[in-house]
Amino acid sequence: MTIKTLAASAAALALLSGPALAEVDFSGKTIEWVIPFSETGGSAKWANFFAPLLSQELPGNPTVVVKFMPGAGSTKGANWFQEQEHKDGTMLFGSSGSTQFPYLLDDPRVRYDYNDWIPVMATGTGGVAYLNPEDGAKFDGSANGLQDVDLIFGSQGATGLDLVPLLAWKLLGMNVEPVFGIKGRGDGRLMFERGEATIDYQTSSGYLSGAADLVAAGTAVPMMSWGALDEDGNIVRDPTFPDMPSFKEVCAATDGCETEGVAWEAWKAFFISGYPSQKIAFLPKGSPQDVIDTYVAAFEAVRARPDFAEISSNEVGEYPMFVGEGAAKATKEATTVTPEAKAYVIDWLKDSYGVTIK
Amino acid sequence: MDLFATALPALADAWALILQPLVLGYLVLGVVMGLAVGVFPGLGGIAGLSLLLPFMFGMEPVLGLALMIGMVAVVPTSDTFSSVLMGIPGSSASQATVLDGFPLARKGQAARALSAAFTASLFGGLVGAVFLTLFIVVARPLVLAFGLPEMLMISILGLSMVAVLAGRVALKGLAAAGLGMLIGTIGVADAGGSLRMASYDFPYLTDGLQLVIVGLGIFAVPEIVSLLRQDRSIAKDAALGAGWMDGVRDWFANKWLSVRCSLIGVVVGVIPGLGGSVVDWIAYGHAVQTTKDKSQFGKGEIRGVIGPESSNNAKEGGGLVPTLLFGIPGSGSMAIFIGAIALLGSGDIEVGPAMLRDNLDITYSIVWLLALANVVGTLLCIGVSGGIAKLTTIRFTYLAPFLFMLIAFAAFQSGQNFEDILALFAIGLIGIFLRRFDWSRPAFLIGFVLSNPVEKFSNQAFQIASFRFRKSFEDGMDYIFSPIVIALLIITVVSVVLGLRQAKTIMAEGDVQSGSKRAPIVFLMVIMAYVLAALINANAIPDYNMTDKIVPLVIGGITLAALLILLVQMILRPEGDTIFADKESSGEDADAPYGLWGTLAWFAGLIAATYFVGFILALAGFLVIFLRVRAQAPWPKTLILTACGLALMCVMAGALNRDFPPGLLQHAVDLPWPLH
Repeated sequence: MTIKTLAASAAALALLSGPALAEVDFSGKTIEWVIPFSETGGSAKWANFFAPLLSQELPGNPTVVVKFMPGAGSTKGANWFQEQEHKDGTMLFGSSGSTQFPYLLDDPRVRYDYNDWIPVMATGTGGVAYLNPEDGAKFDGSANGLQDVDLIFGSQGATGLDLVPLLAWKLLGMNVEPVFGIKGRGDGRLMFERGEATIDYQTSSGYLSGAADLVAAGTAVPMMSWGALDEDGNIVRDPTFPDMPSFKEVCAATDGCETEGVAWEAWKAFFISGYPSQKIAFLPKGSPQDVIDTYVAAFEAVRARPDFAEISSNEVGEYPMFVGEGAAKATKEATTVTPEAKAYVIDWLKDSYGVTIK
Repeated sequence: MDLFATALPALADAWALILQPLVLGYLVLGVVMGLAVGVFPGLGGIAGLSLLLPFMFGMEPVLGLALMIGMVAVVPTSDTFSSVLMGIPGSSASQATVLDGFPLARKGQAARALSAAFTASLFGGLVGAVFLTLFIVVARPLVLAFGLPEMLMISILGLSMVAVLAGRVALKGLAAAGLGMLIGTIGVADAGGSLRMASYDFPYLTDGLQLVIVGLGIFAVPEIVSLLRQDRSIAKDAALGAGWMDGVRDWFANKWLSVRCSLIGVVVGVIPGLGGSVVDWIAYGHAVQTTKDKSQFGKGEIRGVIGPESSNNAKEGGGLVPTLLFGIPGSGSMAIFIGAIALLGSGDIEVGPAMLRDNLDITYSIVWLLALANVVGTLLCIGVSGGIAKLTTIRFTYLAPFLFMLIAFAAFQSGQNFEDILALFAIGLIGIFLRRFDWSRPAFLIGFVLSNPVEKFSNQAFQIASFRFRKSFEDGMDYIFSPIVIALLIITVVSVVLGLRQAKTIMAEGDVQSGSKRAPIVFLMVIMAYVLAALINANAIPDYNMTDKIVPLVIGGITLAALLILLVQMILRPEGDTIFADKESSGEDADAPYGLWGTLAWFAGLIAATYFVGFILALAGFLVIFLRVRAQAPWPKTLILTACGLALMCVMAGALNRDFPPGLLQHAVDLPWPLH
């Protein structure tokens, strides 16, 4: 069964169970949507976008407020959520790739388990890598011409979402030196614009709103998108950037890069965790089925809004929004990685960046 | 010119957008809300903006902008209240204002200091807006000219202000700044993720200490404790001297200082990545260096208020440039602002490079809404400053419990951990002793604030420079020694040389008398022990994470050297030398009717009770006992004041959707809000 039909049948189920929904009523209640990041990050933007829409669709139109609990790279908030039990269905939690990666890598701070949580909605994004014009001229659909070039990349840290591009470039045999310690991808783009960094990447919305202008002005050359997952779990071209080769195509065309084997599977596992199902909304463990169904139906109704595509273009873009069963499947994919792939990434982080996770 | 052909009509469109009754109404509403949030220390624009966010979705863009900008614009204005009246830095932008604003309040000139500050603030905001109107269309190349070496140099320029504020013994100032920087490195390193003076077994410290907590601990706690010990009003003799018109006149007499500091504010604000914390210190340093008679600084020099206040509001305007042009927030509130703009209307206003091309009218609306909000906010603030200044005539024993309440609440909001309040207490202790022994507290704070930028920019600039040098020597030299870097280097050297010469006359802590040798030496040894521990800790970081250890090692080494020289000097010099300055030997603190530890125990009691029964219950008990026992208030007064305090907390936390620190009781039993 594909994700789409899964999601559709989940929605149909939710609609069929209509009478049961009437029992859940949030009139006069306040729903707290806890985000384990500060007010200023992408997850805050994401939750603030969905909060009023969710409020309109939940029975009784409760107020949905977004609460922030930043700390320890989101593990503090996630550890807190792990301790929460279902009370009256007024609590929601939002995780992101930065919460998923420490979990996948067995970070010592992680005391949470995704298997305990109940996913109700997930959204994803894509990413695009681009080069400065000088080095971009050496890119011909394969990275062969870039393998003896030294490149600089402004990075937020090797264990966050930047793990995916860094590993991709490594698989292509490129020599990319990360400058760590920047805050946010916007700072990375600025470093690129100043000419200090020579390679950069942005998530899809960041690319469209910022880097695409550089490409149009000729000060940046797009290299590849990370790609997107098709319904069978294969990596295909990103529908937002149909004219751009995916990393898989570039890898296949590049000497020494394999689109199978441990290294490739490791990259793919972390890519799936960080991009196609990047942000997930959870109910706490022990939530009864009628509460779950209520939330699933509400998110389903949000997705079904006639103007959803338009208003969500900044948040979701061309990527599917998963609800109910679809979100559960996305969560499963985002939080599962084979022991070999995990070992590969942990070794690579240690060898290349001296990062030890124990 | 092509540029002006598009800019002028856009400017006209912007005014047409703004000058509608409804838009102005929303602006005033935002300003009033901003004032309500801003007068409370430590909350600031982030809390206020997140409060507005739920209403932004689908709102008419110009109305939403008016509301948000009204709120953001007045926070740097209204936080002046707590800086001047209580000596509590309301936000990082008004730290330098405390230095001279608070002494003025203690002289009974609070209204004068406030209105001078507000007028300077207003003027800074307007200068910022005019400058931006002309500048924003051509700003891009200038912003891009500020690379990592340039940003590093600006941070170092900010750090060089330590020279001016070092106090009478320059080495003590240097050591205080070094200690501040070392404390700023606590936690997980940005670059390599190594832990410094922290452990995953005690997760609180891994994120480092928050600026709010350090600011409150270093400035607010020592002043509150000292005033409480003396048991009198903030203004000596409980009398108000100069009125608000004097402040406006003061500003007019110093208008050129205000112009220069405003320009400093805009220019530094334009550079993304530095944020506001350097600006007010650079402006303060400038105010000191351009004043002929420097003897009044730190004791209530009005120029010390006008300088930083002109710059901190102008900085907000400057901060719009990276926000709007590059989509890169210059501060936390700007980050929320960007997120909120995407929710406005149909979501088609996208902050970033396309903003000037597609939405120049909206860009200009933002700039001028900011200016208008400043005018409205300042007029409101000046209007109430005479009344609010009366707070300084109240017997301080009645104010202190509420100040403890506010700073504990503010500290808790920074991370929502009980440890936040403990950290406030610990930093407060450091602040109390720095103050007692005349170690420059501003120098400590500057060190703390700039620790992260200096470390980050030097590591990153070094990495990129070595990359350039690998290409060619010339390329590397061009990168490091750009014209901007050289100019900043010269300014820094000049300001250090001038600053050191002047530092002796600027006594931020007043003329502290010297006492016996023992206490100052013990304090020195304690600091030295911490510095040594930090050095050993940093040295234990493996060498492949050199980026994480080099800065703590260098700073710690310099600090240790300064401390060793001080130790030798202390051993050699006779008792009574300025090096042994000690507020407990003579002066206000020594003559105070109450002791240090007994007074501090009240605050410790509030914290301990919070640990057991949660904040609100602890606060109720604390207020009643404090007012009955310490203030000797009659029962009716005690109960009314306690109820007012609790109501204020609940209304504020309820409106901003904030929680209170829970205690053991709350873990055991489920209680309704606000008790939970």
